[in-house]
Amino acid sequence: MIWETVRLSLRSIRRNVLRSFLTLLGIVIGVAAVIAMLTIGSGTTEKVKADISKLGSNLLVVRSGRPAGPGGPGGLDQVVRPLAEKDLAALVAHLTGARAISPASQKQVRVIFGTESLTSGVTGTDSAYLDARDWKLVSGRPFSDSETRSGTGVCLIGETVRQQFFGAGDPEGEFIRVNRTSCKIIGLLEPKGYTGFGQDQDNVVLMPLHAYQRRIAGNRDIDNIYIAADDRTPTSELQPRVEDILRDIRRVTPDRESDFAIRDMTQIADAMASATTTMTGMLGAVAGVSLLVGGIGIMNIMLVSVTERTREIGIRLAIGAHEKHILIQFLVEATVLSLLGGIIGILIGLALAGLAAVTLTIPFAPSPAVILLAVGFSALIGMVFGFFPALRGARLDPIDALRHE
Amino acid sequence: MAAGAALITFDKVWKSYGQGEAKVHALAGVDLAIRRGEFVAIMGPSGSGKSTAMNIIGCLDTPTAGTYSFMGIDAGRLDRNRRAMLRNLYVGFVFQGYNLLARTTAAENVELPLIYRGVAARDRRDLAMQALSQVGLVGREHHTPAELSGGQQQRVAIARAIVTRPTLLVADEPTGNLDTARTHEIMELLTQLNTELGLTIAMVTHEADVAGYAERTIRFLDGHVASDSMKLETA
Ligand SMILES: Nc1ncnc2c1ncn2[C@@H]1O[C@H](COP(=O)(O)OP(=O)(O)O)[C@@H](O)[C@H]1O
Ligand SMILES: [Mg+2]
Repeated sequence: MIWETVRLSLRSIRRNVLRSFLTLLGIVIGVAAVIAMLTIGSGTTEKVKADISKLGSNLLVVRSGRPAGPGGPGGLDQVVRPLAEKDLAALVAHLTGARAISPASQKQVRVIFGTESLTSGVTGTDSAYLDARDWKLVSGRPFSDSETRSGTGVCLIGETVRQQFFGAGDPEGEFIRVNRTSCKIIGLLEPKGYTGFGQDQDNVVLMPLHAYQRRIAGNRDIDNIYIAADDRTPTSELQPRVEDILRDIRRVTPDRESDFAIRDMTQIADAMASATTTMTGMLGAVAGVSLLVGGIGIMNIMLVSVTERTREIGIRLAIGAHEKHILIQFLVEATVLSLLGGIIGILIGLALAGLAAVTLTIPFAPSPAVILLAVGFSALIGMVFGFFPALRGARLDPIDALRHE
Repeated sequence: MAAGAALITFDKVWKSYGQGEAKVHALAGVDLAIRRGEFVAIMGPSGSGKSTAMNIIGCLDTPTAGTYSFMGIDAGRLDRNRRAMLRNLYVGFVFQGYNLLARTTAAENVELPLIYRGVAARDRRDLAMQALSQVGLVGREHHTPAELSGGQQQRVAIARAIVTRPTLLVADEPTGNLDTARTHEIMELLTQLNTELGLTIAMVTHEADVAGYAERTIRFLDGHVASDSMKLETA
C-alpha cells in the first residue's frame, strides 16, 4: 500500500517535472548549503587539529605587553617594554623542563630573486627554532652557532619561496635579496601546507636573529620567545616557571601585573577551532532559513496539487477511500518531493565541499551522520509542510469534489 | 428479474440546504423502497432532487431529517469513514462524465477500488481483467481515458463499479454524454448485469427510452415522489 502510494507520487512528480524542480529549489539550496558548510567546517576543524599537533601541543609563546584585561597600576601611559636578549638568556640559563627555547622576530618583507619578487614572512631566529616548532629541513643545514651569533646573511626558505624563484631547481647556494640586504640560501624547509584559515605556512624565510635585527628591523627587539616543553613537563607546569623567571629578570614588582604575555598554543588552536564552529553555526542558520523557504514552497505546491486534483480526490472518496488514504497519499507525495530535493541538495553540497577541499587544501570530510540527518530533515520538512495541504484534501466532501471542474 | 427483500428504504427523508428565507428543500419527506435485484429508473425535471436522492442512496450523503437505511443499516447516521467502507464494499458508481483518473490506464482505473480494499496486486490485476472482459473491453486495458471513446470510457467506469462485486449500482445519467447507438449498448450492458449478476441498479435519466430498460420508474417533482410505476411487460 505504501509502496503503491510512493509510486503514485513519483508519477505525479514526473508529470510536472519543471514545476516540481522549481518547488524543490529551496530545499536543494538549503540542504546543499548545510552539507557544504558542515563538510567544509569539519574539514577545517580537522585541519586545525592537524595544525595543533604540528605546532606541538607543548608550545608556549611569550610576547611583550600586558595580557588582555583591565590595566593594573601604571596602565595606559606605561610604555610597553619589548622582550630583549637578556630575557632569553635568563630563560636559557634558569628554565627547567624545556626542550628548546628560541627567539623570533617577524615581519612581512618583499623578497627578490632576479626579476621575480614575493612578499614573505621573514623570521629572525636561532638554530633552536626548528626544534622548538618541530620543523624539519628537506635539504641543507640549519644556522650554525657562529652564524647566529655574528648575524651572517644566510637563510632557510619554505617551499612556496623555492617554487616562486627556482621552479624545480635547487636553490641551495643562491643569493636572494630580503629588503635591501642579500642572503645566501643554506637549506629548504619541509612543506607544511596551509593553516585552517588559508595562511600559507611555506611562504617563509628564516634568518639569524642578529642579521634580521640589524638589516631588517633596525632594532634589538625580540617579538616572541618560543618555548617547547620536554616530554615530561606539561605546558601548564612550565608556564608559571617562565613567568617567575621573566618577572624577576624584568624587575616587575609583586604589586604589578606582568608586562609580557605567555600563550599556550594549545589554547590558541582550541580557540581557532571554536571560531570555525561558530562560523559553521552561523552559516547553518542561514541555510536553515532557506530550508524554511523551501518548506513553504512545498506547502504551496501541495495546495496547488490538491486543488488541481479535487476531482480525483472526489473519485477516490466515492469509491471507498478513507480520509486517511487521501491524507497519506498527499503526505507521501510531499515527503517524496522534499526527499528528492534533499538528495539532490546533498549531492550538490558534497560536490561543493569536494571542490573547496581541493582549492583550500583541507581534508574532504563528509560525515555520514550529517548526511543521514539531512535526509531525515528533508523528509521531515515534506511531512510537516505537506500535512496541512494533505489534510485539506482528505477533508473534502466527496460530492463537492466530484462536482469540481 | 425477481425482486427480493428491501435493500433501500427512505422513511420521510428530507434534505435541506441554506438557512431561513433562502432555505431549499431538495428532498421534502420522501418515502421509498427499492428491493434487491430491482432495476429502477429515476426521472423528473431538473432540480427535482434526483441527484440528491442518488447521493443518499449511494451513501455519499446523509439526510437532514428522516431515516435512510441501506441493507438494514441506518446509513444516514454513520460517519464519513463508515460510509466510505459501505461504498467500497457494496456500492458501485457510474457518473455522467465517466470520472476516470486521467493519464491512468483502464486497468489501473478499474483496480482503484480494490486498492482501498487491500487486495493484493496480482489479484487486483486478475479481477480488473475479468471486469474489463465483462464490459467487452479486452485488449484496451493499457489505454488511458484520452485514448478511448466516450462509450469505451463509460464501459471502463462500469467495470470499475462492478469489480468489487457490489450489491448496488448507482448511475446518475450514465448515458447523458453518449450518442444513441452508444446509449443502447451501455443500457444493454446494464440490463445484462442486472439479470445475470442480480445487481440492483438505481439510474437517473431524462430519456424515456433509456428508462424503458428499467422495470420500474420513479418520477420526482419538487423533492417529492410524484409517481412510481412498474413496466407493463407485454409477453
Ligand atoms: N450543495 C447544494 N447546495 C445548495 N443547494 C443544492 C445543493 N445541491 C442541490 N441543491 C439544490 O437542491 C435541488 C435539487 O438538486 P438536484 O438533486 O441536483 O436536482 P436534479 O439532480 O434532480 O437536477 C436544486 O434546487 C438544487 O439547486
Ligand atoms: Mg442531477
